[in-house]
Amino acid sequence: MPEKEIWVAEASELNEGERKIVPFGDTEIGVYRRKGKLYAYQNLCAHQGGPACEGLLMPKVEEVIGADKTYQQMRFNYEEWHIVCPWHAWEYDLATGEFVVNRAIRLKKYEVVEKDGRIYVLAGD
Amino acid sequence: MKFPVSDFHTMDIEEADTTQILAHAAKQRDEKKFNEFLIIDADCHHYETDSLREIIEFIEDPVLKQKARLETTTGTGVITSLLPGRVGEQNLAGRITRYSLRKAEKTEVGNGRRPAQLTLRSMDAMGVDYGCLFPTPMLALGLHPEGDVEVQLSRAYNRWMTEKLLPQEPRIVAMPYLPFNDPEAAYRTVQEFGDKKGVVGFLVTSVRYKAVYDNAYMKTYALLEEMGKPLAFHAAYNWMDRMFSTTNRFIVAHAFGFTLFNAIPCANWVVNALPERFPKLKVIWIESGLAWIPWLMQRLDNSYKMRSSECPGLKKLPSDYMRDMFYTTQPMELPDDLSVLQTTFKMVRAETQLLWASDYPHWDMDLPSRIYDLPFLSEQAKRNILGENARRLFRLDVRDRFPDSASPRKTKSEERILERR
Repeated sequence: MPEKEIWVAEASELNEGERKIVPFGDTEIGVYRRKGKLYAYQNLCAHQGGPACEGLLMPKVEEVIGADKTYQQMRFNYEEWHIVCPWHAWEYDLATGEFVVNRAIRLKKYEVVEKDGRIYVLAGD
Repeated sequence: MKFPVSDFHTMDIEEADTTQILAHAAKQRDEKKFNEFLIIDADCHHYETDSLREIIEFIEDPVLKQKARLETTTGTGVITSLLPGRVGEQNLAGRITRYSLRKAEKTEVGNGRRPAQLTLRSMDAMGVDYGCLFPTPMLALGLHPEGDVEVQLSRAYNRWMTEKLLPQEPRIVAMPYLPFNDPEAAYRTVQEFGDKKGVVGFLVTSVRYKAVYDNAYMKTYALLEEMGKPLAFHAAYNWMDRMFSTTNRFIVAHAFGFTLFNAIPCANWVVNALPERFPKLKVIWIESGLAWIPWLMQRLDNSYKMRSSECPGLKKLPSDYMRDMFYTTQPMELPDDLSVLQTTFKMVRAETQLLWASDYPHWDMDLPSRIYDLPFLSEQAKRNILGENARRLFRLDVRDRFPDSASPRKTKSEERILERR
């Protein structure tokens, strides 16, 4: 299926931690910039079809267990960011689009290119 | 709107209204043609705190009214006289963004217009024809230590609902709140509101510590049965309950609370043979999901076969009585192995006894697709669960939207009562 470049934004309009949503046919694509990289996913949650990319982008929550196996606290892992669907908070790994509870389920991923100061998503017809 | 997303990151989320938030629901509605058949939402919600200033004007106790007016105007911002505070946040630290966005959504205000408009927006997006609207913070009102507050506030709410909100919007129906901690007041509530337009049953909020088998309630059940109005038990949670306070995670308090606060009254209802005393009284169990039903059926049947002497009023198995009751579907547990759900549906006689519910705008809401997409249901079963079962149970006249529908049947008792009035 031939892919075409879908214009997203000027590179300067998508800063670190931000997200843009662009229409594509009868769906939408969410484009993120995080830690210098760009990611793009279909705005469609695998759960009940919610707008996954319209929610928050949050770091993974972890618990800290001491050497003696006692619970210490919770913390954020800034190496792993999650796309959080606003309908029911299903969380998807930004790096892969995988649902963090069952990584066999994932958001549809698109390739993103940044060139000449502009950001495009490659998507088929 | 700026959301904190970590201890030092923030993210801007565009302010959205219900129609935008549910745009994908509208796509499902159109793709699956939900507007071509009847869909009734048996459980959706508003936040009555948004309308509290209107509601409290119906309070009759002048001292309570003064307190309420103070708290809703120049008070501290925390409404402590009226609504029991609870720990436990359902919006997952902002992840369910509609909780935070709700207050910014624009509607008309006054005379119940705000909840009516917000509710209709979600109904229209989902393809819902009629919605049975319930309060939210008042789900815990049964915990208020001042019994008279429940009586006063519930009557004020019921009057506001039936005099302001329901008359303006025929697509919204409701169940007046029964102040169940005061059996006499509960009885008076049925007498007062039973024949009001848009009233399709009566609500007991299950988060309380009262026994459904108490003799003081029997005349209320008898009156409901005579009027042909269902009795609905709506679950919630209480993290401060002695047992539930042993969990340190809200997920457990919620999962168990919403189940057990209905399961225990349901078990009590059955083992005290209340279905034998009131065979025509329809009982609905709201917002406990479905997975608890087969568990309770099996557990009670197994125990009853050994302990039948403790339940001398029963003439059949507990599960047989449970199969005659009604259950809203949400939050519908969807296991990876769908045969589990199919068995559940078979055990509860889903085709006639289940009522689809969204619970919108709460965090674990379900869309109509949750039922419509089940591969093991026939088209008629889907339509029954999505609307026809509720139409029959609520005796709703839906001919304004579906002219070929049957007109609702009145019971002889209802006709006698109406004639007496």
